Amino acid sequence: MKKLFQKIMGWIRTLFRYKDLLILLVQRDIKLKYRRSFLGYLWSILNPLLSMLVMAIVFTRVFSRNIENYPVYLICGNILFSYMRESSTQALSSVIDNASLLKKTYVPKYIFTLSKITSSFVSFVLSMSALVIVMIATGVPFRWSNLLIIVPICELYVFAVGLGLFLGAVTVFFRDMKNLWSVVTLAWMYLTPIFYSLESFYDENSLNMPLASIIIRRFNPMYMYIQQFRAMILHYTPAWEVPTEILVLRGALVSVIMLLVGIITFNSTKDKFILYI
Amino acid sequence: MENVDNLEKDICIQLKDATVRFNMAGEKVDNLKEYFVKLIKRELHFKEFLALKNVNLTIRQGEAWALIGNNGAGKSTMLRLICRILAPYKGTVSVRGTIAPMIELGAGFDPNLTAEENIYLNGTILGYSRKFIQDHFQEIVDFAELHKFLELPIKNYSSGMRARLGFAIATVRKPDILIVDEVLAVGDAAFQAKCHKRIRELLNQGTTLLFVSHNKKMVLDLCDHAAWLDHGEIKFTGTPAEAYEAYESIIK
Repeated sequence: MKKLFQKIMGWIRTLFRYKDLLILLVQRDIKLKYRRSFLGYLWSILNPLLSMLVMAIVFTRVFSRNIENYPVYLICGNILFSYMRESSTQALSSVIDNASLLKKTYVPKYIFTLSKITSSFVSFVLSMSALVIVMIATGVPFRWSNLLIIVPICELYVFAVGLGLFLGAVTVFFRDMKNLWSVVTLAWMYLTPIFYSLESFYDENSLNMPLASIIIRRFNPMYMYIQQFRAMILHYTPAWEVPTEILVLRGALVSVIMLLVGIITFNSTKDKFILYI
Repeated sequence: MENVDNLEKDICIQLKDATVRFNMAGEKVDNLKEYFVKLIKRELHFKEFLALKNVNLTIRQGEAWALIGNNGAGKSTMLRLICRILAPYKGTVSVRGTIAPMIELGAGFDPNLTAEENIYLNGTILGYSRKFIQDHFQEIVDFAELHKFLELPIKNYSSGMRARLGFAIATVRKPDILIVDEVLAVGDAAFQAKCHKRIRELLNQGTTLLFVSHNKKMVLDLCDHAAWLDHGEIKFTGTPAEAYEAYESIIK
């Protein structure tokens, strides 16, 4: 136990020592992302806004009947899910992309993974302005309790760090992960109520909860974060959704588990990276 | 890996039975399908290749060591082991103090960023704080003689300019251990002389040096100890002159 504690203190000390590097890497990613584009950082806001518009136009007739304030509903799910997808996709190749550097100098290897997850987090936070715009446009009142969204956001970040570390480590040994992951996120997106709601699973004549809905409610972490977030933005939880307090707890639990899985996977394989990159 | 506390006071690097193993699979298996196919066919055996075999070496503070030997003898592997880039397969590696690794100058330059941005990036990769780099920025630029080109992206730099900048960043702070792996060969004569002078300065201030070079004159001039490596084993340790004598007697 004492040994573990010392180990963790050691990690924190190295992280602190390399914090300037982390900050620089994040700055570099953001700087290079929009270098040479006319609208630059504005894209962080325009992108979610435009994709929300496209989805709203496509899906309004099909799914929106029973969903209150469909544009806000859509954009909440969209920006959170996009963050997860972007950060995990980038974290996945973060170790192998820095192969040449890792072969020539010593840096804690997780720095690159962490920096990718954090730089997409920064654009995610920027993209919140798109949400604010849609909220104003559709007349959603702002309340202090909106600020509670910080809870699901933190949970999502911790979850993304765990997932990213896991994927970054696994990809070193199995490059197939790169292709596989885009399929997985696609399936995951359809299994997450982003443009539909859980209500669409219910049959009007039976009171039973359908299996698909149970699986999503219990086992889809993205559902936990997105639904919490929506409830805090819209101040409203329909009867078929899981109550927010429960989601907060479940979400926290899942993110901590994911973080541990990520750290353990990464840490137990990191010494072998050099032989495979 | 680092049980620094067990080291005697003046020892800064100690290798005990250090062995490095590489997997030399016939082909690299790095995708799932291949992995399972081979697993089922039971073909998943690796040819072991030991880049270093039970190496024992103790380096004391302030010593200047040269590693000599043929290509592929394990010199660079040993430097990488000491820099913590590689982990030993067996044995222990203990290192005390800060390391300035010059395995390749300017490793970690981002070609799309300007020289100025790269100085910060590369410096923090070496573990400097941002404040430290700010304070010593002028010193780095002066040494590299690149005043006019600071706004230029590194991709437009020549390899010599890049090496100059890399060397300037790596040596701006006096490291406890300086590791130089054949990196000075790209520069012109003036740059080599300058680096030589800087390394000598650091040595006089008590830095420990590990030096790999095929430039015998430079080795004899800078180093006071040498180890001759052959096929992953240390064949001889002693003064550079003796080590060269032993090494050259085999070649001839």
